[in-house]
Amino acid sequence: MTALLPRRGLAQILALIVILAVDRAVSPQFFDLRLQDGRLFGSLVDVLNRGTPVALLSLGMVLVIATRGIDLSVGAVMAISGAIAASLADTHGLPVVLSAALGAGLVCGLWNGFLVAVLGMQPIVATLILMVAGRGIAQLITEGRIVTFSSPDLVWLGNGSVLGLPVPVVIALGMLILTGAVVRGSALGLLIEATGGNARASELAGVGTRAMILSVYVWCGVCAALAGVIAAADIMGADANNAGLWLELDAILAVVIGGTSLFGGRFSLVLAVLGALIIQTMNTGILLSGYPPEFNLLVKAVVVLAVLLVQSPKLSGIAGLVTGLRRTKA
Amino acid sequence: MENSPDSAPPLLEVRGISKSFGAVRALQEVDFTLGAGEIHALLGENGAGKSTLIKVVTGVFPRDAGVVRIGGEDIAPRSAKAAVAAGIATVYQEVNLLPNLSVAQNLFLDRQPMRLGIVREGEMRRRAKALLADFGLDIDVAAPLGSYSVAVQHVTAIARAVDLSARVLILDEPTASLDRHEVEILFGIMRQLAKRGIGIVFVSHFLDQVYEISDRITVLRNGRLVGERETASLPRLELIRMMLGRELAETTSERATASEHQARDVCASFEGYGKVGYVAPFNLELRHGEVVGLAGLLGSGRTETARLVFGAERADRGQARVEGAPVRLQSPRDGVRHGFGYCPEERKTDGIVAELTVRENIVLALQAKRGLHRPLSRRDQDEIARRYVKMLDIRPADPERPVGLLSGGNQQKVLLARWLATSPRLLVLDEPTRGIDVGAHAEIIRLIRELCDDGLSLLVISSELDEIVTYSDRVVVLRDRAHVEELAGEAIDVGNILAAIAADGAAVAHEAHA
Repeated sequence: MTALLPRRGLAQILALIVILAVDRAVSPQFFDLRLQDGRLFGSLVDVLNRGTPVALLSLGMVLVIATRGIDLSVGAVMAISGAIAASLADTHGLPVVLSAALGAGLVCGLWNGFLVAVLGMQPIVATLILMVAGRGIAQLITEGRIVTFSSPDLVWLGNGSVLGLPVPVVIALGMLILTGAVVRGSALGLLIEATGGNARASELAGVGTRAMILSVYVWCGVCAALAGVIAAADIMGADANNAGLWLELDAILAVVIGGTSLFGGRFSLVLAVLGALIIQTMNTGILLSGYPPEFNLLVKAVVVLAVLLVQSPKLSGIAGLVTGLRRTKA
Repeated sequence: MENSPDSAPPLLEVRGISKSFGAVRALQEVDFTLGAGEIHALLGENGAGKSTLIKVVTGVFPRDAGVVRIGGEDIAPRSAKAAVAAGIATVYQEVNLLPNLSVAQNLFLDRQPMRLGIVREGEMRRRAKALLADFGLDIDVAAPLGSYSVAVQHVTAIARAVDLSARVLILDEPTASLDRHEVEILFGIMRQLAKRGIGIVFVSHFLDQVYEISDRITVLRNGRLVGERETASLPRLELIRMMLGRELAETTSERATASEHQARDVCASFEGYGKVGYVAPFNLELRHGEVVGLAGLLGSGRTETARLVFGAERADRGQARVEGAPVRLQSPRDGVRHGFGYCPEERKTDGIVAELTVRENIVLALQAKRGLHRPLSRRDQDEIARRYVKMLDIRPADPERPVGLLSGGNQQKVLLARWLATSPRLLVLDEPTRGIDVGAHAEIIRLIRELCDDGLSLLVISSELDEIVTYSDRVVVLRDRAHVEELAGEAIDVGNILAAIAADGAAVAHEAHA
C-alpha cells in the first residue's frame, strides 16, 4: 500500500503547510477549534467541509486522468444529481433519493465512458457534450426553478455531524478509503496506470483497456453525483444553474496539483484529495483575510504556478542537482 | 537515362556521410550519387539507414561527417526549408500538407500571390490550376485537399515541391497507399519530371515497382553502403541478397531434423486463416518444442501474420485451433487466455510502459490474465520480478527502475519476462534482436533455443536470415502478403530462403490482393 502515499507528495505537503501558515498570519484564529453541541467548529473544519465537493470530484477525476482522459462534465453531473435529490427528498426516503441521484451519476459516467472507450472519441470533446447538455437536463428536472426541500435526512447529509466531524467530511474520507481499497486492493490501480502509460502496449499485453476506461468514467460519474447530493443537502435546495459550476476545473486542478500528469500513467488518490484541500485552504484564507474575493482567482493562479513549477521535471532536475551538491558537501 | 558527361559534376553527390545517435551508428561513410534526369531507387530493410540518409541530406538531422554537393557546390542545410532553398524537396509517405486547406492554398502556402497585403485568391487558383494541368490533373483547386484521394494529395505535394524549383525530388514510399492505377499515374509524372532533368530519389520496398521505374539502385544495410548498380543489370536474387544477406555463410539449421519434429504434438494450428487486404489465407501448424521462422522482406506480411496468430488483428476467414480445439481469437485478451504471448517489433510504442517499473512491466500480462479480482500481492510481484531479472540477466538488476531507462536489449528481456511469467504455450517474437547490442543479441538467441527445449512453441520473425536459419525447425517464407513457401529440415538455408523471396510470383501476388 506504499503507492497510496508516495514519497513524491513532499511538494504538496509543503505547499499546504505554507498556505496554512499564511492563513494563520492573516487570521490569528485560524487554528482555533471549539466543541459545541458535540460538533467541532473552526476554520480548519470549515476548510475540510467546504473542500468536500472538489475532493470527491478529484477522486473520480484522478482515475480518469490516469487513463489519459479528462472529464469536463462533473460539474453538470453534480447539478443533475442535486436536482434529482432535491426533487425527490420530500416525497421519498433517503435510500430512494440516494440511489436515484447516484444512479443518474452512474448513467452519466456510462455515457461518457461509452463515447470514449467504445466510440473512441477524444475525452475532452466527449465529456464536453454532457458538460453542456447536463446543465440543461438539470434545469428540465427542476423546471427552471430553485427546488428547495426540508427532508431532515437529506439535510443531515449536508449539515449533520458524526463524532464531531461534519457528515460531508466523513463521507469524503469514506470514499477516499473505499476508492483506495478498490483501486489498490485489486489489480485495478496497476492496470489503469498501464493503460494510461501506454494503451497500445497494455492492450497487447492482454489488459482490457476499454473496460478500464469505461470503469473510471463510471466511477467519476458516481463521485460527481455524490458531490452534487452533498452540495444540494448543504444549501437545502438545488440550483441547476449554479450547482457545481466550474468545479470541473477545480477538480482537474486538484489532480494536477496532486502530481498526476495529464498525459496519464502514475496517479495518487491521496495527493489528489490533498490538492483539493490546498485549493480550499486558499479560498478560505482569502475569505478570512477580508480581501475582496476577486483576489481569490489571482492568488489561486499564483499558488498553482508555484506548485507546478516545483513539479516540473526541468526545475526538479536543477533542485536535485543542488540537494545532491549539498549532500556531497555534508 | 541522360547520363551527364564525366566532366560535369553530378546533380546530387553525397560523400562519406556518417551519423550517430548516442552509441548507435545509424550511417557509416555512406556515398550516394544522383544524376540529372535520373530515377534512383534507395533500398534497404528497416533500420538500414534510408530515412536517416534522407534526413541528413535534407537538413533535418545535422551530420557528423561527410559532404553533400548539389551541382558540385557544397551545401549544409540546417533545416528542411534550407534544403528546399538549395533545390532538394521531399515528399513523405504521409503527405505533409494541410488537408483542411484548399489544394490551391496548399500549393502556394507561404508564398501566396499578394496585392496590398491581401491574398489574391483568383490569381492563386488560376496558377494552381495551370500548375496541376502540367501533372495531368484537372480538379477543383478550391476544394479542401483532404477531400481528394491520397494519390491526388501526393501529386499535389510533388507539384508543390517541383514548383519550389526543386532539382532533386525525394519520394519516400510514395506508392505505399496507392492502387495500381494511381501508381501508373505517379510513374508517368516521375518519368516526365526526369525528362525535364530533375533527379528523383525513389524509396520503396515494392521491388516490382523499383524494377519498373528506376535507372539505378543504391542499397544500404545496417547503416552502410552495400552497393550501387544499374537496375537493368541487377538480377532480383542478387538485389535481395544485397538487402538481406550477409556474406551468405552456409549456415544450416542446428535444430532437429524434419523426421523428428513430425512426431511432436501440435500446439496451435491455423487453417485457411487470413484477412482480406491484410494477409492472404494461410495454413500454419505450430508444434510444442519447435521454432518456426517467418522470413520475407519488409511489408511481405510477416508482422501481419504474427498479429493474426496472436489475436491482435481479427481474421475474417479460416479456423484457429489450440491443442486441437477450435478457438476464436478476437483480441489480444483471447490470445493471452489461450496461452499465447507476443513481443511486438516496436518495443517503445507497442511493448513497454516506459513510466512503470521493471517489476510492473513484468507482471502486467500475468495480472491481466488473472483478472482484476485476483491481484498479485506485492510479495508475489517482487518474487516474480526478481526471478526473471536474475534468469534473463536484466541490467541494472533493479526491479523498481522505470523500464524506459533501460537499454533496448534489456527492455526486450523485460518483455520476454512479461510473457514467460504467464507460462505461455506459444510465444510470437517479432524481430526480437532488432536494435539491441551484440551481447544481448546472442543471449536472446540462446534463450529462444532454451525455451524451445522446454517445450514452448515459438514463432519468430527476423530480417537476419542467418539467425532464422540457425534456430528454426521450419521456415515460412512470405512475399506480397502471402505465405509462398515452407522449408523444413535440410532445406533450410539462406540460399533457399532468398530464392523463395525472389521467385517471380506475380500469380501469388494477385491472389493476395484479390
